[in-house]
Amino acid sequence: MRDLFAVFRRELGGYFATPLAYVFIVMFLFVTGIFTFFVGNFFARGQADLKAFFLYLPWLYLFFLPAISMRLWAEERKGGTIELLLTLPVGIGTAVLGKFLAAWAFTGIALALTFPLWLTIGWLGSPDHGVVLAGYIGSLLMAGGYLAIGSCISAMTKNQVIAFVVSVVVCFAFSVAGSPMVTSFFVGWTPQVVLDAIASFSFLQHFGAITDGVIDLRDVIFFISLIALWLFANAVVVDANKAG
Amino acid sequence: MEAMVDVRNVVRRFGSFLAVDDVSFGVGRGEVIGFLGPNGAGKSTTMKMITGFLLPSAGAINVGGYDVVADPIEAKRNIGYLPEGAPAYPDMTSRQFLNFIADIRHLDGPVRRRRLDLVIEQTHIGDVLDQPIDTLSKGYKRRVGLAQAILHDPPILVLDEPTDGLDPNQKHEMRGLIGSMAAEKAIIISTHILEEVEAICTRAIIISHGRLVAEGWPEAEGWRLGDLQVEPGRLDAAFRQITGAAA
Ligand SMILES: Nc1ncnc2c1ncn2[C@@H]1O[C@H](COP(=O)(O)OP(=O)(O)OP(=O)(O)O)[C@@H](O)[C@H]1O
Ligand SMILES: [Mg+2]
Repeated sequence: MRDLFAVFRRELGGYFATPLAYVFIVMFLFVTGIFTFFVGNFFARGQADLKAFFLYLPWLYLFFLPAISMRLWAEERKGGTIELLLTLPVGIGTAVLGKFLAAWAFTGIALALTFPLWLTIGWLGSPDHGVVLAGYIGSLLMAGGYLAIGSCISAMTKNQVIAFVVSVVVCFAFSVAGSPMVTSFFVGWTPQVVLDAIASFSFLQHFGAITDGVIDLRDVIFFISLIALWLFANAVVVDANKAG
Repeated sequence: MEAMVDVRNVVRRFGSFLAVDDVSFGVGRGEVIGFLGPNGAGKSTTMKMITGFLLPSAGAINVGGYDVVADPIEAKRNIGYLPEGAPAYPDMTSRQFLNFIADIRHLDGPVRRRRLDLVIEQTHIGDVLDQPIDTLSKGYKRRVGLAQAILHDPPILVLDEPTDGLDPNQKHEMRGLIGSMAAEKAIIISTHILEEVEAICTRAIIISHGRLVAEGWPEAEGWRLGDLQVEPGRLDAAFRQITGAAA
């Protein structure tokens, strides 16, 4: 527990050690603002809700989150500090989890800083605060899924750019798994069970269900188990490097 | 003598390349082993296996009574390790870095403060404590790396080229420091500086192309290295003869 916290704190400190973190947060707030207010036609819709924000968020995540997770392991491998980390008396599981939680916390901070959006709709009208809260919880859960994928992929390379690109591709696949774009490709020659299985991996579907204001335990379990699965794979990858 | 580190028939392959080929040796408390060999001999690879960063392809390594594969965490608690090139988190200051290590090593309260003060003094890094590590000179970076390795006062020290990049004064200091810790620890250092071996090592192991080719130790007059009787200050020539012939 203590080791977990030490790893977590170092990693989170690493994010804020360079101006990059602040640039990132400002960019994130700026872009989410643009999408919510302008692309999402916030004012014309005349609705006091954050539907537009949550509609575009997964697509912004697709590029922002791999940028957060890409450094987690690739940077350590490149700089040789992984040799230091893995020869300290810290279990691989602890290192993987500590790093992931730091990336997740960083994302949580960025997400929390979008609170002026919430204030704005509260001020303009009378939104259903429960629905907004559910949306934020869903956003955080989905971020965890993207980051776990990105962390695992980051452990496979020394090159952060490669980690970023591959993560975007894999995250994209998970996002759109249930959309017509993908299902129409499979429909007709794949049995319905397989179609359902593919669709059940869709981030967007599970996320959409939550942002509608219903936090269904199944959607929560989906994200949590997805995170657990990718972090397990992450630990396996790190461990496999030892045998190399 | 109780063996603190026991390396038994260790082999390490990278693909089809044999980097370490059936190496065995033991290190007891009070010993300072000089790990010698030409570039690419397999010194660092062996050290990475002792410290648990790489798994042996075959053979067994025991550290402080713990098998490094079966009991990695316990084995790692007993070791202080300075990896080759002294890697450290570049965006942290030396102080933040040592505090992180102290957290991981579970040092608390007065002990923590005492150990931090002591190693900072021993490695002479007091002046650069609040400087980010990526702005440190090579020698200072190495010293921070050493401070990290000895912080928890481990019974076993594995130092991969600890004096590389140090100025002559610091080399001298470093040798003095290692010498002063020698009595109650088992120490393995790799180096390319043979006068260093004469100055601080109680034994030398030479590997070449992954194989252990000679052992040596000081004698009343000079050193014995493999079959050779070596005059004081002449280890270089003997090293060349041994590793040149083995090549
Ligand atoms: N990850 C790796 N993949 C492939 N080959 C490797 C790897 N690590 C080391 N080697 C090879 O294993 C051999 C031994 O390398 P090692 O770093 O142990 O040498 P060394 O004795 O420490 O040399 P030096 O004095 O230059 O530090 C070298 O030929 C090296 O190229
Ligand atoms: Mg080496």
